[in-house]
Amino acid sequence: MAATARKPMTFGEGGTTAAFVLLAFLSLMIGAKAYTQEYAFHAFLFTIGSIAATFAVLNRYFDRPLQPIPLFIDGKPNYNMGPVKFATVAAVFWGIAGFTVGLYAALELAFPALNFDLPWITFGRIRPLHTSAVIFAFGGNVLIATSFYVVQRTSRARLAGDISPWFVVLGYNFFILIAGTGYLLGITQSKEYAEPEWYADLWLTVVWVTYLLVFLGTLMRRTEPHIYVANWFYLAFILTIAVLHLGNNAAIPISLFSPKSYIVWAGVQDAMVQWWYGHNAVGFFLTAGFLAIMYYFIPKRADRPVYSYRLSIIHFWTLIFLYIWAGPHHLHYTALPDWAQTLGMTFSVILWMPSWGGMINGLMTLSGAWDKLRTDPVLRMMVVSVAFYGMATFEGPLMSVKSVNSLSHYTDWTIGHVHSGALGWVGYVSFGAIYCLVPWLWGRKLYSLKLVNWHFWISTIGIVLYITAMWVSGILQGLMWRAYTSLGFLEYSFIETVEAMHPFYVIRAMGGALFLAGALLMVWNLWQTVNAGEPEPALTPKLVPAE
Amino acid sequence: MSLWQRHAIFEKNSIVLIIGILIVIAIGGLVEITPLFYLKSTIEKVDGVRPYTPLELAGRNIYVREGCYNCHSQMIRPLRDEVERYGHYSLAAESMYDRPFQWGSKRTGPDLARVGGKYSDDWHRDHMRQPKSVVPGTVMPAYPWLEQTELDYAHIEDDMKVNAVLGVPYTAEMIEKAKADVRTQATADAPEATDLAKRYPKALARDYDGKPGLVTEADALIAYLQVLGTLIDFKLYNDKANIR
Repeated sequence: MAATARKPMTFGEGGTTAAFVLLAFLSLMIGAKAYTQEYAFHAFLFTIGSIAATFAVLNRYFDRPLQPIPLFIDGKPNYNMGPVKFATVAAVFWGIAGFTVGLYAALELAFPALNFDLPWITFGRIRPLHTSAVIFAFGGNVLIATSFYVVQRTSRARLAGDISPWFVVLGYNFFILIAGTGYLLGITQSKEYAEPEWYADLWLTVVWVTYLLVFLGTLMRRTEPHIYVANWFYLAFILTIAVLHLGNNAAIPISLFSPKSYIVWAGVQDAMVQWWYGHNAVGFFLTAGFLAIMYYFIPKRADRPVYSYRLSIIHFWTLIFLYIWAGPHHLHYTALPDWAQTLGMTFSVILWMPSWGGMINGLMTLSGAWDKLRTDPVLRMMVVSVAFYGMATFEGPLMSVKSVNSLSHYTDWTIGHVHSGALGWVGYVSFGAIYCLVPWLWGRKLYSLKLVNWHFWISTIGIVLYITAMWVSGILQGLMWRAYTSLGFLEYSFIETVEAMHPFYVIRAMGGALFLAGALLMVWNLWQTVNAGEPEPALTPKLVPAE
Repeated sequence: MSLWQRHAIFEKNSIVLIIGILIVIAIGGLVEITPLFYLKSTIEKVDGVRPYTPLELAGRNIYVREGCYNCHSQMIRPLRDEVERYGHYSLAAESMYDRPFQWGSKRTGPDLARVGGKYSDDWHRDHMRQPKSVVPGTVMPAYPWLEQTELDYAHIEDDMKVNAVLGVPYTAEMIEKAKADVRTQATADAPEATDLAKRYPKALARDYDGKPGLVTEADALIAYLQVLGTLIDFKLYNDKANIR
């Protein structure tokens, strides 16, 4: 014990412990005086979490050797892959959860009896649960896992920070827990894709700033002269999401003891801020972040360099510049001033160009390796994801044209469009990255390529069912709303248009079920890889020469 | 040195890269958002728009809590079929006190921007209790617990105070009488109703959920739905008045 007593505590260890002890007391106090039971429950979760974190940090301190963890071992970077592994597993877990909730929400629309008159599972509460689970829980963990992996490998440096990478990963997943349980209990701001209330937002801010610092710190530690292109995209994603999150969630709580807050923006300004956020959650979370995955994992898997270095420079700057402008296309023909709508539409159409520039850069990376599509279903998945990206980024500008939007807006066409991007692009590029990462991280051969093939085809059929059903239902409903009889009366009552949607809602649910089934095959495949896969020492990160 | 080579400054210096990103992403947002706060044409002045009564505000918070925006919009576009189906297109002024805005982006159900006064209170109560009882083909979930749950308005003054800080013209008197106003508005033939209507013109004092003496969540939600889109008298509204 004498040795441990003299072991100096680092500033990080001491500071984290102190912060969590304080947070434990604060949340205990808030829980005791909370206005609502639901909020008290969340305060209680914060208390438990803080105590667990305090214990973990102290336990780690007592267990660790005197010397800090070396940054290099035998001249090779001593990569920190623990947080990457955790985020990868979390991504798979939340992915299944998010797809399942999505399927259930789809079934509720087809068969409303499934709401069971229960507050917690009404469509209005689980739809945000679905969107947040797939975007932020599944997508977010994929982005954190891959960004922490890629930034280390391409910088030839150990992840910056000692506790902070773990704080990012665990803190982010704690945010997911608070957000998700909150929706079910009726704690929501009802701002699309920004539903979590003020205290969850504050917590996420702390986690996200730490994320930015860890990422930036690792870049600064790099032993490579250049910052690799994937990291530009990751950095833009992390930074922009921070800006958007702060801007859109600016709110004043009615009390420290209440979950309820009011957004500082109102009406038309709130609408503009919301869709500046909302569209760029798509642009930076679901696009820039996943393009970073494309720029690392496709060249790696295909064993070919990125097609064009200059195209990636143009792609990067034009994409991040133009995306920010596109938000108002969610507000066509609303009370938002026309000039803003026109700007949004114009930039959305221009945005088609960098999007396809990026798609070409990704696809053409396969030059000379196209034959691999036949033999490697993982690569095929990623390439098809880029094709879906191209399709969705063509459809998006099309729908942002005001005359098209007057038909498509408020209908399922939007839902279909989102899912061709979400299932096809984000889903597939994530699955591809996970199929690469798990063998690399655990140093084992992927259990079965055949299963990947099955996953690919089952979910592709699912996606096709999903998006075609939504195209048909969306366009059908849009046309029914504006249909007139020869006498000049509206032809259909609203409820007739709702009833006409039923068959397409059933088909959509079937598509979702297939997509979920494919993902479950992936879980089995990954489980077998980790637990029963053949070891492949050549794949362990430490022994692979860094690029 | 070619322009391509000059790009190396971003590739070799993470701080330069991050500053470059920040500048590039700031432009679009600044151009599109900031003018909305000073251009007078953004929100025209329209007679009749007033802040929500405490009961309507509490009802709106239930609307927010249940995530109604997932299926209902509150924004009528100036398109022929929408105006004929739902009424006059929505004006920016009509949501100027809405925090957050609830324009929505999907119409699984119909637009609600002018649902106020379209249906009776009884219809709404039955519809919340069991939507299929009044609209057989509906896919809306039932909300039977709303009329069984007493409204929690113990802290309604806090809600109004925060709104007042943010610029909603709630007076000290309004905040002081908030709890009494909640009860008044949820009571049929309340003697204080005229007093309430002085503070909040057109405020309707009724027993919305048909449960006398009890202020339930259904009272609040129906009061909110019944005021939606009713504050502006479009017979008097001059849509040319704000053209400059």
